Amino acid sequence: MKAFVGCKRVIDYAVKPRINPEKTGVVTQNVKMSINPFDEIAVEEALKLKEKGIVKEIVAVMVGPSAGSLQLTNGPLAMGADRGILVEIPEEDANPLLVAKVFQKLIAKENPELVLLGKQAIDNDANQTGQILAGLMQWPQGTCASKVEMAEKQVTVTREIDSGLRTVTMDLPAIVTCDLRLNTPRFATLQNIMKARKKTIEKTTPKDLGVDFAPKLKVLQLDEPSVRKAGIKVATVEDLVGHLKKTGTI
Amino acid sequence: MLRVQGRLIKSDRTSVQRSHAQCRVSKRSAFYEPSFSRDPSFAKLEDRDREHFRSILGESGVITDPEEVDSYNTDWMKKYQGQGKIVLRPKTTEQVSQILRYCNERKLAVVPQGGNTGLVGGSVPVFDEIVLSTSLMDKILSFDKVSGIVTCQSGVVLEKMEDYLGSLDHVFPLDLGAKGSCQIGGNVSTNAGGLRLMRYGSLHGNVLGMEVVLADGTILDNLTSLRKDNTGYDLKQLFIGSEGTLGIITALSVLAPPKPQSVHVMFVGVQSFKDVCSFYQEAKKELSEILSAVEFLDAGSMDLVLRHRKDVTDPFKERYPFYCLIETSGSRASHDFEKLENFMERILGNENSYVKDGVIADQTSQIQSIWKLREGISESLQREGTVYKYDISLPLSHFYSIVEEFQEKFAKRAIVVGYGHIGDGNLHLNICTPKFDADVYHMIEPYVFEWTSRVRGSISAEHGMGVSKPPFLHFSKSHDMISAMHRIKNVFDPHGILNPYKVIPRDQQ
Repeated sequence: MKAFVGCKRVIDYAVKPRINPEKTGVVTQNVKMSINPFDEIAVEEALKLKEKGIVKEIVAVMVGPSAGSLQLTNGPLAMGADRGILVEIPEEDANPLLVAKVFQKLIAKENPELVLLGKQAIDNDANQTGQILAGLMQWPQGTCASKVEMAEKQVTVTREIDSGLRTVTMDLPAIVTCDLRLNTPRFATLQNIMKARKKTIEKTTPKDLGVDFAPKLKVLQLDEPSVRKAGIKVATVEDLVGHLKKTGTI
Repeated sequence: MLRVQGRLIKSDRTSVQRSHAQCRVSKRSAFYEPSFSRDPSFAKLEDRDREHFRSILGESGVITDPEEVDSYNTDWMKKYQGQGKIVLRPKTTEQVSQILRYCNERKLAVVPQGGNTGLVGGSVPVFDEIVLSTSLMDKILSFDKVSGIVTCQSGVVLEKMEDYLGSLDHVFPLDLGAKGSCQIGGNVSTNAGGLRLMRYGSLHGNVLGMEVVLADGTILDNLTSLRKDNTGYDLKQLFIGSEGTLGIITALSVLAPPKPQSVHVMFVGVQSFKDVCSFYQEAKKELSEILSAVEFLDAGSMDLVLRHRKDVTDPFKERYPFYCLIETSGSRASHDFEKLENFMERILGNENSYVKDGVIADQTSQIQSIWKLREGISESLQREGTVYKYDISLPLSHFYSIVEEFQEKFAKRAIVVGYGHIGDGNLHLNICTPKFDADVYHMIEPYVFEWTSRVRGSISAEHGMGVSKPPFLHFSKSHDMISAMHRIKNVFDPHGILNPYKVIPRDQQ
């Protein structure tokens, strides 16, 4: 079975993002970039399935700028994915709907039976791509997975939801999005990093795949969250009521 | 902040801080006993002294409750325990000056204390000395973005300084395992070495200015932020590394290097110490200017860390006799990675590569996992039993043989491990018994110092002298040098009230 793993190139989570002077986006020049942590967890899960003999080929798919091939090579390919596909787009953060459409076209070409994605990207926190893709493909989805078990032509996913854990079983082909507690991504061994350089990354564009990638949303303005104002202490209940009245709360 | 594995990343770094908070000693468990008695020329604390201190610091600045004072009387390793009766916590330099002026007149002995993370008993009283804690002098005063010079009070915790500078794209030129608790003033007064000395140099080079209070209360203000200043004697150099025996540092200005954009960490397993040296040589040659740390640890250290820390796992499938950790820091990921690729090709190139296995990381969480394997050894040793700790500088040709010698000598009786800053020639030799074993202790000391002296090493590479090492100072410094040190001590502290019994031996006084 072939598996796709979606890998997004994002600003490293340890870096504090800064808004550009035009207030239209974040500064990515000279900033450390990495693979989205949830996507690394997806890669690790695919590798585990390959080690069990369930998955035969792992394809790491990135929709991102051409510089992303460095992250693809040193990340998923160095961990053990077999090859990569890089769909080149000019800017970093693409609309989940458009990314899902690109995946839809790639799935039609490559026919994977399992698509693993991170549950959300740490730059936009959208948590949408997996779900939209499932809708476009009319495939079942198991999102926010903290456990994945494969059986003959079926996958059982334990999902982390607000009220606890929910287990769903789906027929393949299916979409699974991965959450934090699913696994701990392995280190890239020196041997695998050297081997990764020889693995192929096929490059293409949305246009080549027949997807109109013109953005449908325009970012008007980006601002830092407002600084939390200090609280004040009051001595008596009367003071408290007075304050609440003054601020119009009551 | 992203929650990875259900924990905030920051909390990993404060695990040392948490174990410090649990350090309150309820019964005497220290095994260091002073072989000398209390200097009778020091006065004993009286009520009028307590009142005077309260008038300077207010009620909250003076601690006399025995249980609270106790935690200041004991060091992190619980090896040294004093009988101090009072802790003073000034907030300003002026208060420190008033305290010392009074103590000097009264001949009351004072122990300056920062984070109390020292490993040689230098930061706790031996008898009833007054503890002067810098913990409340914790303000960062200013930072110049252009020059990278940061000015702060001496009680700022290292980790807090790192976070502050990190958000401004700079780093502090010092990093060590105790960062969650140690304070900058303590770091400077002990000339701490740490993990990045080979890249950023020692504090002697990075401290640009200092404000220090002398024993008689004089405030020496040399808190300039100049990169170059050759005007007269550079007095601050004397205070750096003097462990609080010549003056109490109250403020500092330090040169902070820019934060590297690209950090990589590589961790390898090898068969012998000779291979560790080959790896280090190769790394120096291929990675040269981007190399920022080189550390090694042996199988015993790895064993301890994996046993006692729940948050680390072995990155390899089998155990190796030795491990080497190297870190690179640079301004451009692609440039650094190109160098690393060349390096990997060289060491993995041939069939019989001495690197048996290795991993590399550039993701922050993975980098931290690897560093924990090295930074967690000290804490793991503490959990294992009683630790006899030695921090020696040795020529590489003799580096590991002392560890092997003790391993043979103590066979089943004690765990003997070696790890440390191989890049600086600094070995941390640690011997551990389930409970304090006087025989083992006497078999180690003074033999280990004699051995070190014979190969012309240093008996204390970075931990300092504290109270435990002055009797052995002659193994590393000549009689004339020690004499000169006494003369300098008499100039700055004629009554000897600052951190007595520490750093230099008493006999010659």
